Amino acid sequence: MLALQGDFEAHRRMLQGLGAEASEVRAPHQLEGLDGLVIPGGESTTISKGMARDGLDEAIVGFHASGRPILGSCAGMIVCDREHLGLGDYLCRRNAFGRQLASFEQDLQVEGLGPDPLRAVFIRAPWVERHGPGVEVLAEVERHPVAVRDGNLLAVAFHSELTDDSRLHALFMALASTPASSASRPGVRGEGADGLATLGEES
Amino acid sequence: MAERATFRVKTGLAEMLKGGVIMDVVDADQARIAEDAGACAVMALERVPADIRRDGGVARMSNPAMIKGIQEAVTIPVMAKARIGHFAEAQVLQSLEVDYIDESEVLTPADEANHIDKLSFEVPFVCGATNLGEALRRIGEGAAMIRSKGEAGTGNIVEAVRHMREITDGIRELAGMRREQLAGAAKDHRAPLDVVQEVAEQGRLPVPLFCAGGIATPADAALMMQLGAEGNFVGSGIFKSEDPERRARAIVEATTHFQDPGRVAQASMALGEAMPGLEIEALAAEGGLLQGRGA
Repeated sequence: MLALQGDFEAHRRMLQGLGAEASEVRAPHQLEGLDGLVIPGGESTTISKGMARDGLDEAIVGFHASGRPILGSCAGMIVCDREHLGLGDYLCRRNAFGRQLASFEQDLQVEGLGPDPLRAVFIRAPWVERHGPGVEVLAEVERHPVAVRDGNLLAVAFHSELTDDSRLHALFMALASTPASSASRPGVRGEGADGLATLGEES
Repeated sequence: MAERATFRVKTGLAEMLKGGVIMDVVDADQARIAEDAGACAVMALERVPADIRRDGGVARMSNPAMIKGIQEAVTIPVMAKARIGHFAEAQVLQSLEVDYIDESEVLTPADEANHIDKLSFEVPFVCGATNLGEALRRIGEGAAMIRSKGEAGTGNIVEAVRHMREITDGIRELAGMRREQLAGAAKDHRAPLDVVQEVAEQGRLPVPLFCAGGIATPADAALMMQLGAEGNFVGSGIFKSEDPERRARAIVEATTHFQDPGRVAQASMALGEAMPGLEIEALAAEGGLLQGRGA
């Protein structure tokens, strides 16, 4: 977990509950040996400035280029977009739903997580304003994409780590245990790991 | 169906502020400086605590026009303070769509017996506490975030340290108790039994716990994080110092890298003078302590 600022502890609980080892990343060398990276919710300006200050921006771009998966949640979704780290071919609108008074939670159907909806918590959340053709939209609210996948990047506008439902993190871990070449290449999804098999098949 | 203002949505924003620094600002320029320095939120108020202390008189909610100016200047969350028990000020702040309301002892209390019924509001509240019982009473009233009170405007960390230790020691004590002891503990803490039971089961507060009151240096910020704070409020410590921009950045850096003394040392260099500090005993002798308000 990127641990510069935000709710990385909640992500740790999710990952550890699924049997993963989770460690905190505050410096580039701490990325070594990891199978995947969670960029948590928090304040996107605080996290962006921290990444630049600590040389983590370039290190994370390199980590992503090596084919290892990244899960970005809320602020994490924003900092992966084209205007920030450029890991995903999409642009976010920040605070798209409004200030805290407009924050909400709701059941959300997310492609790849099976038939049961996920309880999604939106806190001053962004949505995806525009995206390229290679980006798969996994869920929408008011017809705005709020969960997308671009190769080995999984980006969501909401927080499921604040609930007891760990299916999104299980999907991310399935990406992390899939060989990099097939996870990042479109067209070969659905091979191997369990979580991936359903991606793109539901409509 | 979308549900707003649930407990999870209210505490959710405080979850997102963890590991960050919330800075007191009195105008749009200061708010921009705070945001550029990496603050995760700002607290809009007319005078920082050090000035409230110096000026005396009644300290009230800030002018709504000033709060609006700050909301327009930055994209990070904007908090504002209401007087203890002054629910009409809180209604005004909610109508301005501030992101969090601080029911704060730094302002002059409006009600000597009652706090605001925070459950009746949609906007979340943060409240100060000097010990676990106070924290649990505020949570029972609907606070979605707790901060230490410390002694605001003094640049002296000693009270925040005491409050944080009181709270975290109290939590550990509850977590070690048998279930039948909890009713007695609730009575001793003068706190609702259901909140006491929840804390005993989880071994932590059901809401995020931050430090406030007295942080003046990067090392102060690192100290409080090591003592169990999940983030820091800094009031007078930034804009009453010689070089607010650098000090703000340094306190943000020390809050993130609190476990790395080398980074805290690096952040502490070439900052200019910290704010002047005040002795707590001398203040207490003059009856000038704020932390006893609204216990």
